[in-house]
Amino acid sequence: MIQGTKFTFLTLFLFFNTYLAAVSDSYIQGDSFPKKLSEFNFFIDQTKQIPQENVHPYELITSLFSDYSYKKRFVYVPKGKKANYQKDWVFDFPVGSALIKTFYYPVDERNLELGSYLLETRVLLHRSTGWEAVSYAWNEDQTEAFIKIAGKTINTSWIDQSGRKVAVRYRVPNKNQCKECHSTNDAISPIGPKARNLNKEFEYKEGIKNQLEYLLTKEVISSFPKDFNTVADWKNGENTLDERARAYLAINCGHCHTKSGVANSTGLYLDFIETRAKSLGINKKPVATGRGSGNLKYSIVPGKPQESILLYRMISIDPGVMMPESGRSLMHTEAIQLIEDWIGSMEH
Amino acid sequence: MKKLLFKLLIYLSLFFSIAVYSKEIVISPLGNYQEDLQEALILAKPGDTIILKEGFYSFSDGLSLDVDDVRLIGEGMDKSILSFSNQKSGAQGLLVTSNRVVLKDFGIEDAKGDALKVIGADGIYMINIRTEWTNGPDTANGAYGLYPVESRNVLIDGCVAIGASDAGIYVGQSENIIVRNSKAHFNVAGIEIENSYFADVYNNIASRNTGGILVFDLPDLPQQGGRNVRVFRNQAVDNDTDNFAPEGNIVGEVPRGTGIIIQANSDVEVFENVIAGNGTVNLSIVSYGADTDDENYYPHPKSIQVHNNRFGRGGFDPDIERGELAAILVELSNGVMPDIFWDGVLPWSQILFGQPDNERLILKDNGEATFLSISPIKYMLSFSNPINTNKASYDGVISPLAPVYIEVPEDI
Repeated sequence: MIQGTKFTFLTLFLFFNTYLAAVSDSYIQGDSFPKKLSEFNFFIDQTKQIPQENVHPYELITSLFSDYSYKKRFVYVPKGKKANYQKDWVFDFPVGSALIKTFYYPVDERNLELGSYLLETRVLLHRSTGWEAVSYAWNEDQTEAFIKIAGKTINTSWIDQSGRKVAVRYRVPNKNQCKECHSTNDAISPIGPKARNLNKEFEYKEGIKNQLEYLLTKEVISSFPKDFNTVADWKNGENTLDERARAYLAINCGHCHTKSGVANSTGLYLDFIETRAKSLGINKKPVATGRGSGNLKYSIVPGKPQESILLYRMISIDPGVMMPESGRSLMHTEAIQLIEDWIGSMEH
Repeated sequence: MKKLLFKLLIYLSLFFSIAVYSKEIVISPLGNYQEDLQEALILAKPGDTIILKEGFYSFSDGLSLDVDDVRLIGEGMDKSILSFSNQKSGAQGLLVTSNRVVLKDFGIEDAKGDALKVIGADGIYMINIRTEWTNGPDTANGAYGLYPVESRNVLIDGCVAIGASDAGIYVGQSENIIVRNSKAHFNVAGIEIENSYFADVYNNIASRNTGGILVFDLPDLPQQGGRNVRVFRNQAVDNDTDNFAPEGNIVGEVPRGTGIIIQANSDVEVFENVIAGNGTVNLSIVSYGADTDDENYYPHPKSIQVHNNRFGRGGFDPDIERGELAAILVELSNGVMPDIFWDGVLPWSQILFGQPDNERLILKDNGEATFLSISPIKYMLSFSNPINTNKASYDGVISPLAPVYIEVPEDI
């Protein structure tokens, strides 16, 4: 009798454990969004960002600047399905997949042990009707993140590498702003997880492994080719100035400034594959730039960074001037230096 | 009987579909209206109407709409006012990226960038909208007031655009466009149609800008070869505001006191306008001047017809500070400025062998308007007289361009 009860409890426990532990496919593929992030069940411990077994962490070699926030990225592909490699584009994650990205500031960049402050978790959900993007903003107690359709402003601060306290007016994007960057031919699409930007090592709990190989063994992706171009790490001085600058521009500008992107009407294309000098901005006049031109005549003047609109708009924090249009309120000093050096090094 | 029942069913379902599927969302300038309005713009379903009650709304972030068939309607362009003077983020006041959207009866003030930008819409109807920078002409103002780009079936009707540091009403890389019954004042360019196909610009008043109405085509863009533009029954008068565009922009080269400029477009018909009081030149027809290696770009105007316009006083205060146009005109005309100027620049083959008949500039029935054009070859070879002021040599038969037709929802 006692044994029997024990058995039943154990069965129930295991049953609920499995049931509760599963990522909620019905929320990913449904036609509405849950109010709370936890309802997706992506995490074993959401506040500590410890993912479920089949939710895999990943990093990008070069990533988008978002006011110096740190990011944790995860990918979920439903059991039995795999994402296929696509040349010059993101893996074609099947319907039912989710990409999850949490933005946070460490309390003190000099000592990451001191903890961090979670800002928002953005999710991209692949539904039968296409991709949907929405963000969840974390509460003050850091116990839960709640959906924010109209976006949110978070006034916060962190201590940077030099010990300086940096205040920031961090913007959680609204649903339309998600689309502004994640839009290709007017449909929402992921932009980060391209093979060329994933091809690096990552410290998994099982040990260090190449991300593409890891995702292959975990049956998240079906294959990847032997030969393809890998994005340069823009911070790594071993890469050439040109490789670093092009990588930075491709990731930070190239999703809109591409022939199928939101900013294609400008004729300025900063994606990874563009080769025409004029389209890359070299001696290119502005089109509908207004005061974004800063009284300068060309996007890039070789050898003259101070005369280049591209740099001017990276330096600005005026919403009517700065680029990118959203997702940034601070100057990215290190990138400004890189682009200044890059333009300065061009022959004129 | 069956038939009647069937009819009844249809009526009932129609009634319920309207009652159930299109709702009215009312926003008033109280409480947390910024989030309320942005959330309404995101959660709206096709068919919904969002009402902006009269009042002053101040926003710290830009607004955006991405749902088809939504209407955003205020209670008057001077009554329901969306102000962005405290804007901290967002590159424009209101951004629309969906189709068949009606915007009506509200004002947008002091946006940090463009006031109202529409990207990639098929069907955008802007009616009685005001965009204004309330401090008057200033280089620090946003670039464009009403700014549809890469769109089709664009209607701008009864709108007012004031103080834009580029163009008050700017239609770029679009197709099937009507701009009518609107007013543009104190902008650098009043109304500008750029790299666009099939536009009717009529019954507008463009006054006290730097330049009144511009029809431009530029290279290195996804859509170029601007053509089929009719500019008629407008008043392009008294454009006397100093150019305050930031340099680098093409309109930065427009001299103060320009009525209408046509640059590098094909098939443009300019008729029955009043063009007067423009201190540099009333009407200027020019090629794209800067170098370009774009092989798909044609830098010269062609098949331009100018007829039955009423020209008034012009060229009395040429602005030699901005661009080259005024200085060239002053030099060529010895100070006797023409009403109509054509720079005469043609491709080499046409300079040598002449222009095809159907590409010629035609000037007809423009009253006492004076004319000047240059022969670039004579100019380069320093002939004593490279200029032609004989208007009659450009006489010809007018081939009217077809009107633009746009299907507009009946009840707006």
